[in-house]
Amino acid sequence: MTWAPLWLSFEIAALATVLTVVVGTALAVLLDWKRLPGRDFLDALVSAPLVLPPTVLGYYLLVVLGNKGAIGRAWESVFGSTIVFNYPGAVIAAAVGSLPLVVRAVRVALEGIDPNLIFAARTLGARPVRVLFRVTLPLAAPGIVAGAMLGFARALGDYGATQMVAGSRLDGTSTASIYVMDQLLANNDDSVFAMSAAMTAFGVAMLYLANRLTRRNRRG
Amino acid sequence: MAEPALEVRIRLARADFTLDVELTCPKGITCIMGPSGSGKSTILGAVAGLASPDGGRIALGDDVWFDRDRGVAVPTHDRCLAYVFQNLALFPHMTALGNVEFAMHGLDKAARRPRALKLLERVGVGYLAHRRPRTFSGGEAQRVALARALARSPRLVLLDEPFSALDRELRAQLTALVRSLVPELGVPIVHVTHSVAEARQLGDQIVRVEKGRIVARGAPAEVLANLTSLDE
Repeated sequence: MTWAPLWLSFEIAALATVLTVVVGTALAVLLDWKRLPGRDFLDALVSAPLVLPPTVLGYYLLVVLGNKGAIGRAWESVFGSTIVFNYPGAVIAAAVGSLPLVVRAVRVALEGIDPNLIFAARTLGARPVRVLFRVTLPLAAPGIVAGAMLGFARALGDYGATQMVAGSRLDGTSTASIYVMDQLLANNDDSVFAMSAAMTAFGVAMLYLANRLTRRNRRG
Repeated sequence: MAEPALEVRIRLARADFTLDVELTCPKGITCIMGPSGSGKSTILGAVAGLASPDGGRIALGDDVWFDRDRGVAVPTHDRCLAYVFQNLALFPHMTALGNVEFAMHGLDKAARRPRALKLLERVGVGYLAHRRPRTFSGGEAQRVALARALARSPRLVLLDEPFSALDRELRAQLTALVRSLVPELGVPIVHVTHSVAEARQLGDQIVRVEKGRIVARGAPAEVLANLTSLDE
């Protein structure tokens, strides 16, 4: 039994969470703009990872990030290594899977903001960017933190997309969810139980904290 | 130089309501009165740029803020006005000082704090400077909202029933405070109210609105004669 896969999963989930909080918050702000052209379509696209099979998601990521895709080629020419079957691939796979959860949590927080607070900021002479950074985002902060927790919990347990995009080993170590499958196939029940229990404890703790934050945010 | 008058001519049609008004608000207090749903707050929203009329013109002297025919619609942040909302809309994540300083972003950082403190003291709540809105009483919150509105040195002040949730005594205190600010400000103040007593005490000019139309305008003695309640 080794805990290295759990630490690797923590690392990947933490980086994926940073990525999804930045991108997810920006997307949530964009989707909150009611006059955005194609808003419903963009919303559906962002939410798609919730309903797509992980293998399909992994396939798309392989196409976009692989050495046949523009992003994959550009990355390789700059960094000299590929995104796929590497650490960055695992981070991106985990991030894409958790993105809809972050976007949804932030959107709920944005929708809960009293519109008069935004109007007041505008009548006080604040331009849109200042309103966003001084009023909107601070008021949505509990929702952003809750979204980050949900995203982290989701990223921690990603299996299908990670395996397709990053493979089952990164520098000789597998992520926790892949480790569980490997140990199950090898009939190492104790290792499966210990890793599953640890991941469950972290996942439930994250969801519990996220729920509490969301409720506090609703109460204002 | 005296501040110019606010001139408003707006048409705004909604599914169940049409607003069609024309009014001039000179320096001093213009009280807009009318029953609920008559369009009072919509007028303020249009003047502030928070609602977009279907037609008309809004200008403060030579500064045209809205002119549908000429395609002019100055964004809210560039209309130098102050707006006190019915629910006050104090930023809950900022202290009283933070709320007031928010409106002073044109000033040097070093100059903001003393001026914000002075404004809070001017409206009698200097002691709240470092407290957040959730700890304020109704009257205190009104005073902080007034201080914040004045912080921008506005050329026009819009008050949307800001005292409606207060008891009679507090309302009288704040009405007197607003009245005392008029000479200092020297700008048009548009005050939306339901209260006939408040309008009598505050208004230099009264405009009565019903179902989106102006039905009476003039001096308080003229418009409010024999009127004790708007909903009677």
